[in-house]
Amino acid sequence: MVISPLLLAGVAVALALLSALVSLFSARLPWLLRRVVTPLFTLAGLAALAAGLGTLIQGGVAVTQLPLGLPWLPWGVRLDALSGFFLCLIGVVSFAVGLYSPGYVRSFEKECGSLPALGGFSGLFLTGMLLVVLADDAFLFMVAWELMSLSSYFLVAFHHNQAANRRAAFLYLLMAHIGGLAILLGYGVLASFGDGFAFDAMRQADLSFGWASVAFVLAFVGFGMKAGLVPLHAWLPEAHPAAPSHISALMSGVMLKVAVYGFIRVVFDLIGQFHWQWSVAVLAIGSVSALMGILYALMQNDLKRLLAYSSVENIGIIFIALGLAMLFLSTGHPVVGSVAFVAALYHSINHAVFKSLLFMGAGAVLHTTHERDLEQMGGLLRRMPWTGLFFLVGCISIAALPPFNGFVSEWLTFQAALQAWQLDSGVLRSMVPIVAAVLAITGALAAACFVKVYGVAFLGQARSRHVRRARKVPFSMRLGQGVLALMCLLLGLLPTAFIDLLNAVPQQVLGHGLAQASAHGWLWLTPISAETASYGAPLVAIILVIALMLGLWLLGRGIRRVRRCDAWDCGFAPPTPAMQYTASAFAQPIRRVFGMLFHIDEGSEPQPDGRWRYYLNVRDRAWGLFYLPVAALVERASRQVVRLQSGNIRTYLGWTLATLLVLLWLTA
Amino acid sequence: MSLGELPFLQQLTLVLAAVVLFTSFALLEQARLVAAIHAFAWQGLLVAMVTAIVAASGGYPHLFFSAALTLGLKVLLIPWMLHRLVHRLQLDRHREPLRRPALITMAALALVIFSYWLVLPLVQQELLFTRNIVAVSLAVVLIGLLMMVIRAQAVVQVLGFMSIENGLFLAAVSATGGMPLVVELGVAFDVLVAMVLFGVFFFQISESIDSLDVDRLNSLTERAEEES
Amino acid sequence: MMFIEWLLAFVQALLYVALAPLLVGWIRTLKARLQNRRGPSVLQSYRDLYKLFAKEARMAHSASLLFRAAPYIVFVATWLAAAAVPFVTTSLPTAAMADVIVIAGLLALARFFLALAAMDVGTAFGGMGASREMFVSALAEPAMLMAVFTLAMTAHSTNLASMMDYQLFNDPVLRPSYMFALAGLVLVAVAETGRIPIDNPATHLELTMIHEAMILEYSGRHLALMEWAAQLKLLLYGVLLANVFSPTGIATTTDPGALGLALVVVMFKLALLGVALAISETVLAKMRLFRAPAFLNLALLLTLLGLLSHVILEVGV
Repeated sequence: MVISPLLLAGVAVALALLSALVSLFSARLPWLLRRVVTPLFTLAGLAALAAGLGTLIQGGVAVTQLPLGLPWLPWGVRLDALSGFFLCLIGVVSFAVGLYSPGYVRSFEKECGSLPALGGFSGLFLTGMLLVVLADDAFLFMVAWELMSLSSYFLVAFHHNQAANRRAAFLYLLMAHIGGLAILLGYGVLASFGDGFAFDAMRQADLSFGWASVAFVLAFVGFGMKAGLVPLHAWLPEAHPAAPSHISALMSGVMLKVAVYGFIRVVFDLIGQFHWQWSVAVLAIGSVSALMGILYALMQNDLKRLLAYSSVENIGIIFIALGLAMLFLSTGHPVVGSVAFVAALYHSINHAVFKSLLFMGAGAVLHTTHERDLEQMGGLLRRMPWTGLFFLVGCISIAALPPFNGFVSEWLTFQAALQAWQLDSGVLRSMVPIVAAVLAITGALAAACFVKVYGVAFLGQARSRHVRRARKVPFSMRLGQGVLALMCLLLGLLPTAFIDLLNAVPQQVLGHGLAQASAHGWLWLTPISAETASYGAPLVAIILVIALMLGLWLLGRGIRRVRRCDAWDCGFAPPTPAMQYTASAFAQPIRRVFGMLFHIDEGSEPQPDGRWRYYLNVRDRAWGLFYLPVAALVERASRQVVRLQSGNIRTYLGWTLATLLVLLWLTA
Repeated sequence: MSLGELPFLQQLTLVLAAVVLFTSFALLEQARLVAAIHAFAWQGLLVAMVTAIVAASGGYPHLFFSAALTLGLKVLLIPWMLHRLVHRLQLDRHREPLRRPALITMAALALVIFSYWLVLPLVQQELLFTRNIVAVSLAVVLIGLLMMVIRAQAVVQVLGFMSIENGLFLAAVSATGGMPLVVELGVAFDVLVAMVLFGVFFFQISESIDSLDVDRLNSLTERAEEES
Repeated sequence: MMFIEWLLAFVQALLYVALAPLLVGWIRTLKARLQNRRGPSVLQSYRDLYKLFAKEARMAHSASLLFRAAPYIVFVATWLAAAAVPFVTTSLPTAAMADVIVIAGLLALARFFLALAAMDVGTAFGGMGASREMFVSALAEPAMLMAVFTLAMTAHSTNLASMMDYQLFNDPVLRPSYMFALAGLVLVAVAETGRIPIDNPATHLELTMIHEAMILEYSGRHLALMEWAAQLKLLLYGVLLANVFSPTGIATTTDPGALGLALVVVMFKLALLGVALAISETVLAKMRLFRAPAFLNLALLLTLLGLLSHVILEVGV
């Protein structure tokens, strides 16, 4: 019997729901969470992965109606290549998170009693994300979207005994709702032209440029807010670190990609027309996000906050690629457009994999040391070698270094950008290379950022007592990280194989695939043509490994013993942990050069005991420039509205009557 | 027609025009006064060379005269005058670092793209091979103006003004093969007179407010007096 | 045919390794002469490497496995990057394997591990060197990519071999964009290879070091590999400048005569570049670290102007 991918997807949703249901009982039986709930979660991830792979391999579109929904608006689900790809993405990460979480949640069993909340909302969160990707009408989409937002809100507020977390969660909820509203309005525009909320009806809609632009802007704002594009990103570095680490992995790794999915679905599929003006907007916002994201990440000393800011950067890169795709499609270069589109998809899955890996690593460190502050860490590689190794893989991948996966998608994006000579408009031709320059700066800064993270946290010597006592983390946590680290390597080594698989998506959405990508065999990635550019990822890796082995064999000769001694350090006294370069010192040159982009509060103050303390606060300028004025505006508006509140109930009823009359008049 | 099909001299013109643009950036970001004057002289020299080459390859003999005029005036006479002026005002070692160099560079690059966009319709007409230089010369004009906006030092502002004139001259040469000789003579004379007047003004400003920082002139507004 | 090309690629990669110390020795000798010293022999850098390989390697107590692995990774990544830059012939399979973006990526990989190794022991100088190196490279790498992108926009390819072929098989053209890209890339090369005025390879003052501060804790064969990798990087940038901007003389086939001639020509070009570098290092003084951004911003400005002048002046003439 052949199991259809759609059925598998249904199984995945059911398993996720089941895991949520079972966890209700874990208040009584805490072991349920580890023994039943997380395995169900893992299986849900596996089923989603299988469903996605099946769709990508088989091709075709599966549609069905659910026996749910409103009488005149039944919920439809649809599994096409785009959904399939994002199902894979969700599946891979949830699978790894499921493997990882038993070890991680063990510490919660003793501490707090809200295990049902943790397991339940995790299950609902996954359900929501799966359904968003499967939805075939705006109604189910919005319900699933809100399910995803709300359940993740509760997960962000999981450690609600800390005021900062409550505040972060509230901010998240607020922003998620404003974003949801924008998406809803966007669907409203599409539905009113397309006669119905089903996606198929929207695809048929014949929109004028003006209305299409309105729908585009609404979708861009709504999904951009969820994805964390600058300047709508402020909730992200607050909310993601507040959640438990495996949930942070899901949020940064997967939920942001679901927002990317929504953007692609609405703009590329439903609106289905492209204009260069839109692509310029996407490119500009994407570039700003990438650059600001990584610069702010460099300034952070809280490991999880840093990772969250780096998500802003990576989302920026994805949107740069999407913007390039829109630009080339709108100017009639479908081949280059699909290269950029594939680059965006590839970077989506890459970021999902390595960011989840890094958050899991941060979780492992947090688990054993209870420390998120880089300034207290050091020397963790020797205390937790496996986590150290996997984290290193994550760092290399995110810094876009060959032969790992982050490099492949950046390379593809560069290749698309370098086809700018094909454009007719001279202005666009001169702007695209500047975007490429931004991408290059971003990549170099990302490398600096993750040298800082790895060098300060895992190398050197421990800077505090509890970090010195760090131990290995449970096997399940290492396993979860190992799976993702392997994925990083595979995605980096075999880009041709994965792009062949991915190819179904641009073929279905844009009508053009990358015919050339693997035309010269699986060894050579040639997105446009062999003469234009080629990258032999497996060869590079093989030669690297052979040369390394050869070098070790020639020089190591059976690993010659190396005599240990005190560090030389130019003949000064043997270095103590306090003499190491700190994380803020590492970032100081960059802080100084890009100083105007940050809100820096730096100085030193005397302590009661006569010593001096140095303090440094780097705050996001987006708050002062964007959020506080908006907040002030809202407050002023509310003060005006307050006048309506007289306390007299008949006045209120009068307002109600008036509103009713106006509405009736409007609809008449 | 591609670049490779142009004769060598015309390719050289394009290269020189590109370097003119670079000198504009150098002028914009030069902190030291004396070095800025040198950058201006280089720019003049390049403009003179472009003029001479256009004259040679395009067959406009009167442009040789313009080139010689530019060489004499903007490469030798005016920089020399400015040098002497700076020396007498004891500003030889004066530095005025830019406050936000990266931002200003980006603004100037944006101006280049903007001027390219502006002249695109012109480029599409089949004019001389030099029509692409019009974008460069417009950019030189705009960057000169930007320079006058952001720099507070009076001498540097004069350099900005002169470089605007360079840009205009380059535009005239590249778009239409130069202005009529009478106009050019008139402009040259104007520039010279302006330079002399500027010199007189510098001494006056420097004597009355003891600095050449034009921001000090802000105190001449009515409001400032009321406040103080 | 395929086999010969790969063999040639291998020989070429070995040539890089063999010739890298020679270039450094040549520059050192020239500098000594310019400073009125006799200086060591041109072959001194080979002797230094030999001595270091023979010596015992020692490691700090706090060094981890990464510290031991890093020299090998740094050397191999740099070498692989170099092997993809056409040295004597453009018919090179390694050039198709790694285009110029991959070369930049491999150099970044080497730098990544170099900086990590510097932070591994946990000394103040190591961290300082790593921080500065990443800072300088964060500004230099984009300039490098922009410079080669300018060429790529003209040649419509990011493969170095195709770029060179494009220039060889088309009439020589004066391109303003190439001049800007060349100037920008020269500045980048100076910064990336740790030469004056960004870094001083001969410095003995810890507080001004960048590259030397990072390899301060290395000794014996590890140090030799690190030094050799740095020399390889210098040669790589030299060949990049010499061959990409004026590929004249480079062989486009596997014909032995052409290959021999190409070797002579490229050695001559490198010797000239060495002279230029020695003179500039004698004339210039090292900059303060915070003057480096101005230097690298100039590089970035030049490369961006190169791109713009390509778009404005060279297209649709």
